[in-house]
Amino acid sequence: MKEELFVSGRWNHLVDPNLNIWHWQIPLYLFLGGMAAGILCIAALYYIRGRENDYRTAVRITPFLAPVLLVIGLIALFIDLRHKLYFWQLYVNIRLQSPMSWGAWTLMVITPVAFIWCALHIRDLFPNWDWKYRWLKVTEEFFNRFKKPLAWVMLIYGIILGIYTGILLSAFNARPLWNTSILGPLFLTSGLSAGAAATLILSKNKEERKQFARIDLVLIGIELFLIIHMFMGFMASTQVQIDAAKMFLGGSFTVNFWIFVVILGMIIPAILEFMELGKFHIPAVLPAVLVIFGSFMLRFIIVHAGQMSRWLY
Amino acid sequence: MRYAMAVDTKKCVGCSDCVVACQTENNVPIGYCRDWVVETTDGTYPQLEMELRSERCNHCVNAPCVRCCPTGASHFDEGGIVLVKQNKCIGCGACIASCPYDARYPHPKGYVDKCTFCAHRLKEGMLPACVSVCPTRCLYFGDLDDPSSSVSLVLKKRKHKVLIPEAGTNPQLYFLF
Repeated sequence: MKEELFVSGRWNHLVDPNLNIWHWQIPLYLFLGGMAAGILCIAALYYIRGRENDYRTAVRITPFLAPVLLVIGLIALFIDLRHKLYFWQLYVNIRLQSPMSWGAWTLMVITPVAFIWCALHIRDLFPNWDWKYRWLKVTEEFFNRFKKPLAWVMLIYGIILGIYTGILLSAFNARPLWNTSILGPLFLTSGLSAGAAATLILSKNKEERKQFARIDLVLIGIELFLIIHMFMGFMASTQVQIDAAKMFLGGSFTVNFWIFVVILGMIIPAILEFMELGKFHIPAVLPAVLVIFGSFMLRFIIVHAGQMSRWLY
Repeated sequence: MRYAMAVDTKKCVGCSDCVVACQTENNVPIGYCRDWVVETTDGTYPQLEMELRSERCNHCVNAPCVRCCPTGASHFDEGGIVLVKQNKCIGCGACIASCPYDARYPHPKGYVDKCTFCAHRLKEGMLPACVSVCPTRCLYFGDLDDPSSSVSLVLKKRKHKVLIPEAGTNPQLYFLF
């Protein structure tokens, strides 16, 4: 038997024995950003397709969550920075090769757009809303006139935001678990699914709830497909990626991932929604909350497990 | 110009003088290090083989840390040295996560820190601190574009390897064996 012993004199805080540079802030932000992206994409898509009146909640009410989620996410990102006073450097540099730079600029576009979208629908929440200042009224009129282009911007930047949360991680070749291009589409789908779940909770219209249960079912199906292909890809790849996959197939993340993300976050809500679309009566909140919980756990586990996966030499 | 370093694993005795010299020269905060010594033992008793390596940032040609930096704080300096501009670094940690060698660490002051090949000493015509103190002279440093530099000469003469070439980073820290 061949044996190998490895001793390193390095013990840098947060780097050894395993990388531990990102804690709760990054996965929380990836989840909130992804969910906000999902909410905004769905709202924009239904508005562009002229289905505003069929899916009122999704287009006019749920988007009110998006700016809140984005702002909490931005605060989490700011807390994560270790050299906080220099955060503005993000906005005096454009680095096309850096996913984080893309993300910073995308947030710079989508956050104001989300606020504007909410402002245009403020009377759905507060029927007697008055802007008080003339220039605010003029601004509202201006954006009302260009609502369709605004929806397009929201859709496109929503997709970029949703995909980028995955690409941020997949661009790291040093962490074999993250280094798969499936992560972008997987996080986008998971964000859309959480966004659809938000409407499922808020909507009081039976038809709309049915439609969003259907959407969620399809999205969960896509997510399961992507997860299976992610692991198939890992198992057919190099030793470091096989090792990364093994953390989830018998290793230390197996129970957390398959129980919290796949069973509780995908399979059980899918069964509940399927029953709801049939004749059973199931409180819509239940599957929706599980989907949102699963979406959060997915980010949390992938960010933590990815930092444990590495090249050995 | 292309700065590179070669480490003779046959001459290194693992004394860690390079580590202490770096910490002193660069005011590395206590508990951290920019270079470190790795010891590997391989084989089955009695056929054992030991290798000692003084490791540090590989100053890669295709550096993932420079690529992923959102502000351009991580950059290539003269001679391909990978440096961090402290007043541009936001401390996001992306470069730390991107390094397959885990050569970077978060400095307690907030910015990210790493080996600089002692760029400040090179400017004054001196060698990096680790190279100049090595008691067995197992570290070679110089310009790869200059065929008469000590590192070029030793790489021509000796068998050598780099760490994780399959990561595609094109590292510039060579190990003689």
